[in-house]
Amino acid sequence: MLTSRLIACFDVRDGRVTKARRFQDNIDVGGAAEVAVAMYADQIDEIIFYDITASAQRRRIDLDAVSEVAHNVFVPLTVGGGIRSLDDMHAVLDAGAEKISIDSMAVRNPPIIAEGSREFGRQCMVLSMQVKRVEPSPAIPSGYEVAIDGARVFTGLDAVEWARRGQDLGAGEICVNSIDQDGTHEGYDLPITRAIADAVSVPVIASGGAGAVEHVVDAFRDAHASAAIVSSMLYSPRLERNVTVREMKQRLAEHGIAVRPYLPQG
Amino acid sequence: MIGVINYRTGNSQSVVFALNHLGLKNRLVAAPEECEDVERFILPGVGSAGVTMASLRETGWDDYLAQRVLREESPFLGICVGLQVLFDWSDEHETPCLGWLPGRVRELDRAHVRVPHMGWNLVEPVSDHPFVAEITAGSHFYFVNSYYAVPEHSPDMAGATEYGVRFAAIVARGNIMATQFHTEKSGPVGLALLSRFATLTFARTT
Repeated sequence: MLTSRLIACFDVRDGRVTKARRFQDNIDVGGAAEVAVAMYADQIDEIIFYDITASAQRRRIDLDAVSEVAHNVFVPLTVGGGIRSLDDMHAVLDAGAEKISIDSMAVRNPPIIAEGSREFGRQCMVLSMQVKRVEPSPAIPSGYEVAIDGARVFTGLDAVEWARRGQDLGAGEICVNSIDQDGTHEGYDLPITRAIADAVSVPVIASGGAGAVEHVVDAFRDAHASAAIVSSMLYSPRLERNVTVREMKQRLAEHGIAVRPYLPQG
Repeated sequence: MIGVINYRTGNSQSVVFALNHLGLKNRLVAAPEECEDVERFILPGVGSAGVTMASLRETGWDDYLAQRVLREESPFLGICVGLQVLFDWSDEHETPCLGWLPGRVRELDRAHVRVPHMGWNLVEPVSDHPFVAEITAGSHFYFVNSYYAVPEHSPDMAGATEYGVRFAAIVARGNIMATQFHTEKSGPVGLALLSRFATLTFARTT
């Protein structure tokens, strides 16, 4: 059967992986290629690479850093940050990515999802969204609003509505990042993850807030996520103790979650 | 020399990185004229059957590969959409395909499973073709697909996977091999299968 995926999401700045809390106060973890190799050796299922300053600095994504990661890991690689056009997408795929993540740019220019999907196929386009709890209103019935630009700008879009629209435009996967939970280690925002997972038929990634294996179990079992971002647990310097992918998989299996089995090292 | 067929929307680069990592001599090839020294072919696939077939026909790959693979029996590996186009027909954009193997490609049922089928799934070897001989029980590979192949000739199915339906994760007949999953992105088990393809030898049947 299809197994639940564990994803390491790299917030990359100047070629280095960082960890934020509520999208701020990034602290250094290590060089992107070096962290990628360690994660691959520990049998992570997938890696996401976000160039977190490309969009704000209005520059193209750091293709050298992407390519260095792609040369060394043989699991799927999704890349995002500062992607504005089909040319940018071609460049990222040529650097060795499989999937393209579009976040703020999708809100500014929704047809970019459709263009990417037509050119490369739906499976290539990941709609990433930053969501924040708000008072439910007629404009935002789910009680979750979409933000962009590193959670600094609010869009007035309802999160569930935007996810549906993203799927209709051609996104093949949706990543739900909770601004409230990001870096807190208190657990994913289960209600919005589940509301979106139940509203769309493409896979959904839970993101933001994992601090214990039980949180990951909740994301898969209660929030119907197909994948979970577990970066903090693996390498956040803010946690007293980090866990390995191997340990996490073992404990998920004990909870009855189907995961890709850890292979003995040959 | 392995020729990795490069066309506009393929993920050919990932295959090249994996082959380089394995120390296997390879080269991206953009047109049949570039294939004089190529002994084995890999057709990577991303995107749709319609776009892939149009791209193969436009550059004359369909006729060239028929000569090299069907008649001269050069080893061939299709990946993802590169598996699907080997059959007669794909329901995706109603596309007539290469027709090297009898069968058709159907869409996964969105009413029952999330589509695309995305992630690591179990592959069970189901034939005695040498390509699958070294896959160990319990091996998982990375899939991304919305369509699946239904071979008409059941011995062509060399590996099976379940996702709402049981479908062909691997097909193999003689020198023609293909995986629905991305073997270049399936970690050590995927790399081992790429190596296997690169080293298998076949006795000519004609």
